[in-house]
Amino acid sequence: MDWAYFLQQLINGLTLGAIYGLIAIGYTMVYGIIGMINFAHGEIYMLGAFHSLITFLICQAAGISGILPLTLLLMLFVSMVLTSIYGWGVERIAYRPLRGSFRLAALISAIGMSIFLQNFVQISQGARVKPMQPLIEGGITLMESPNFNVQLSYMQIVIIVLTFVLMVVFSTLIAKTSLGRAQRACEQDRTMAGLLGVNVDRTISTTFVMGAALAAVAGMMVTLYYGVIDFYIGFLAGVKAFTAAVLGGIGSLPGAMLGGLLIGLIEAFWSGYLTIEYKDVATFGILVLVLIFRPWGLLGKPEVEKV
Amino acid sequence: MTDNVQLEVEHLTMRFGGLVAIDDLSFTARKREITAIIGPNGAGKTTVFNCLTGFYVPTEGRLTLYANDGPRLLERMEGFRIPRNNGVARTFQNIRLFTGMTVLENLIVAQHNQLMEASAFSLAGLFNLGRYTSAEKEALETAKFWLNKVGLYEQADWNAGNLPYGSQRRLEIARAMCVNPSLLCLDEPAAGLNPRESAELNILLQSIRDDQGIGLLLIEHDMSVVMKISDHVIVLDYGKKIADGNPEAVKNDPAVIRAYLGEDEDDELPPEVAADLHLDPNA
Amino acid sequence: MSALITSSRISGAEIVKELAFFAVIALLMSVMILGVETVDRPTGLELAVRWDLVITAIISTIIGRLALIIRREHISRIGQAVLITVAAVAVFEMFVRFREMDDRWASPVFIDMAFGSVTSIVLAIAFIAIVFAIAYFSMKKVAAEEEESGSNLSAKIQLAYRTNTKKIGALGIVFFIIFPFLFGENRSAIDLATLVMIYIMLGWGLNIVVGLAGLLDLGYVAFYAVGAYSYALLSQHFDLSFWLCLPLAGIFAASFGIILGFPVLRLRGDYLAIVTLGFGEIIRVVLINWYDLTGGPDGISSIERPSFFGLAEFDRRLPEGVMGFNELFGLDYSTMHRLIFLYYLILVLALVTAFVTVRLRKLPIGRAWEALREDEIACRSLGINPTNTKLSAFAIGAMFGGFAGAFFATRQGFISPESFTFLESAVILAIVVLGGMGSQIGVVLAAIVMIGFPEMFRELAEYRMLIFGAGMVAIMLWRPRGLLSFRDPTILLNMSKKEKVAGEVK
Repeated sequence: MDWAYFLQQLINGLTLGAIYGLIAIGYTMVYGIIGMINFAHGEIYMLGAFHSLITFLICQAAGISGILPLTLLLMLFVSMVLTSIYGWGVERIAYRPLRGSFRLAALISAIGMSIFLQNFVQISQGARVKPMQPLIEGGITLMESPNFNVQLSYMQIVIIVLTFVLMVVFSTLIAKTSLGRAQRACEQDRTMAGLLGVNVDRTISTTFVMGAALAAVAGMMVTLYYGVIDFYIGFLAGVKAFTAAVLGGIGSLPGAMLGGLLIGLIEAFWSGYLTIEYKDVATFGILVLVLIFRPWGLLGKPEVEKV
Repeated sequence: MTDNVQLEVEHLTMRFGGLVAIDDLSFTARKREITAIIGPNGAGKTTVFNCLTGFYVPTEGRLTLYANDGPRLLERMEGFRIPRNNGVARTFQNIRLFTGMTVLENLIVAQHNQLMEASAFSLAGLFNLGRYTSAEKEALETAKFWLNKVGLYEQADWNAGNLPYGSQRRLEIARAMCVNPSLLCLDEPAAGLNPRESAELNILLQSIRDDQGIGLLLIEHDMSVVMKISDHVIVLDYGKKIADGNPEAVKNDPAVIRAYLGEDEDDELPPEVAADLHLDPNA
Repeated sequence: MSALITSSRISGAEIVKELAFFAVIALLMSVMILGVETVDRPTGLELAVRWDLVITAIISTIIGRLALIIRREHISRIGQAVLITVAAVAVFEMFVRFREMDDRWASPVFIDMAFGSVTSIVLAIAFIAIVFAIAYFSMKKVAAEEEESGSNLSAKIQLAYRTNTKKIGALGIVFFIIFPFLFGENRSAIDLATLVMIYIMLGWGLNIVVGLAGLLDLGYVAFYAVGAYSYALLSQHFDLSFWLCLPLAGIFAASFGIILGFPVLRLRGDYLAIVTLGFGEIIRVVLINWYDLTGGPDGISSIERPSFFGLAEFDRRLPEGVMGFNELFGLDYSTMHRLIFLYYLILVLALVTAFVTVRLRKLPIGRAWEALREDEIACRSLGINPTNTKLSAFAIGAMFGGFAGAFFATRQGFISPESFTFLESAVILAIVVLGGMGSQIGVVLAAIVMIGFPEMFRELAEYRMLIFGAGMVAIMLWRPRGLLSFRDPTILLNMSKKEKVAGEVK
């Protein structure tokens, strides 16, 4: 067994998993609070990637792209804000009017929204792959072996650290603030929360905004990490992040992160040791297996059927 | 006496995590009798039904149904097989009709299994073979019989969701009867009915017992129904049976009175009941 | 302005505030994605600025919001007229802007006019006055009509449609049968009609699953693919004829449906949706990567065309002893014969699908599907096996998908994984949903609108999926169960169908 190779896959897997985890949080929070799959969430992530790319290009045109920290902060800020507004808008337009309508309607509306956003970006920004030059280069060589050097790039460090920080911030937000309390109340019983003076509409909107902001961060990190994006990246990433959310236990924040990391690792190891072509099949396979044998996921609670 | 037993529940226990919803419950229900299960809210009555009809798998215990062709064990059976093979039909506390379908369709769906067989899993039905048409005619007759019985013949073509509340309750009973059960479980059939409707319900339930010869298991809060028509009353409190007997005896049982009216001193409660009280005041 | 509008619950200032809020939102949403275009250059990406699109987005948002406010609040006639005038000026602004695309930085036309000559000021005032007058005087009528005939009209249409579905269906069938006689010489018309018919069939197949049984299947294209590849492979490797492969393709697809469905059909609606989506993708990935069997991304080409029921062939040059179709019927050779034959073939296949669906709906299995859609728990309490019942819907839907796939393979003569993407599933689902879940005629209309129109208006093809998506959302908001989703009872005791429908419409 080549430990160097193993370690490299582990690093790659964790990086990928952090990105999936960030997207998965959006799914899990929305599912927790309104009990539906926000099908358009993958597209929100894609929009985050585009917003950060365009912000970078604007910085470049303005001649400030030389100041790397400023550029990165601007990219982060702008993409989080603008993408959040999309998250808010999607909820307002496609989901809120259908709250309380029958289940399939909201789901179909979400799929329609997803198709719309995808094509909206395709038409406005073109169907071609958008390249992006690497901004954070270099890394640390962790281990040298005769045929293989284990690299931990600075980019990977940024991704993992940023994800960790965001996780802590958001967990605190939900555990400690009145907003988080309102959210948890709406999760339990929306009608009752409303009767007790929680602004349910606003709480749900905030949930979408928070999920979208995290997805935007994931989008920005993917743009920087892989250096290419297109209008179609949201679909696969969305399904995988959803798988992560289900695997971790839908509705559970740490579960989403754990699921994301697991999916990232599985994908990295599958590609590293088995066939790279079938890595997506592996993810879908896991989704199916989890749903069949443990639909409440690793950290979720089983639901007792109400008769 | 034993050959008259319809249902035997032995040591039934149901736990949800740490919560003990039913605790070592045993009772019997006899054929051609109305057995009522009463008790305060949260006593575990509906959970008993859910175990009986396969919605929950009991943690412990044995449920034996004495059908015409011998005893059957219900506790490990898939939910849909219980009405299909054993003839236990039920209604729900919150009425569960097919609201978008007509009243008549509700009654025909209830006869699904006979019809499915007659239609040779749709093949005979697809080509309209005689075997299926005659079975369908029969199903329609059964449906009409129950429509008349519950007084909904005129509304047969209404969407079930458009019926007034009391009629929906009666329709749900009729639908359960169309399954052709040997035991009918009714979960609060009188809830939300006015006194006149309640009285009509009494007549209907008695007629099901006497004319159809079917055993009924009844969860009910409305004492005017329970005391008037039941042959046998079982009282549950916190998942335990606290009384069992004929209506007169149960009415005067001090344990029952205590359960319903409460107790002055907490320390006289059994310790686990007191513990449950602290855990979940709504239970 | 505010004084004019203060008639009801909302003041002018509030309206302005609301509009400003949504204008800012529109600005923020469009400022980058629409306002800045990333352009590929040899040196890397560059930017092109498109403020006109941002302005258009903002103005459209304001107009949309205004319309909503007018509907929501019962604003006085004058108020409504003012709002409509504002909207009209904005629309006018946009049109002028579109016509002067080269001059992107021009200031608004009305401001230009105001500072221009006296004539232009007069013209501008006249424009506003005319719009205002028309808006004001038409408003009374609309308000009155909306109460009475507005809902009445749609009720009349609904009544007419629902009592005559059989006749409408029969007329449609006749139209599709005589279609080749009308357009027999026009190759592209026949091609288009065949394509539309494939989607009608797929829509009807999926309708069993989604419309009747209420199972949201986002991977329907998988069964279509299984059908197509089973025919292509069977005919290539075992030299089996189309007529033998057609039922086999259906059986394969149905078996796939059962294999896939068995573990997942216990899942709740939205989980089921995502799992079926996953299965659709798995099948596509396998098709791409299993090079030895499927030819990978290159697909399978020169798939055999069907014969005339094994009696005659359609090719121009035939080996000895094989009868040509034209010889059989004593006609001159024409390449159109095969195309028209294929058109009729898919028509028959689609009609079989429709017939079976209509029939099944009135059988116990169909009623159980609908009951299951309404309440699964109640079904279990009645002894209906939910898994098997769902599975039967899934398998039957898959079977028709398989038939359609085999037809697709034989008609195109070439298949590749590209034809079986998620988008295809989404299109089929959109057809079912837009048409009205459970409605046969709805599927036909939706297929014509969604497949036929974009092919006819090629210049709009780019916007097709955009409009699909927006349409799916809009229809869900307007009619959550689809456009023509009226449920007719499968059996009636006392009433005629007409009475029942009339009772419901009112």
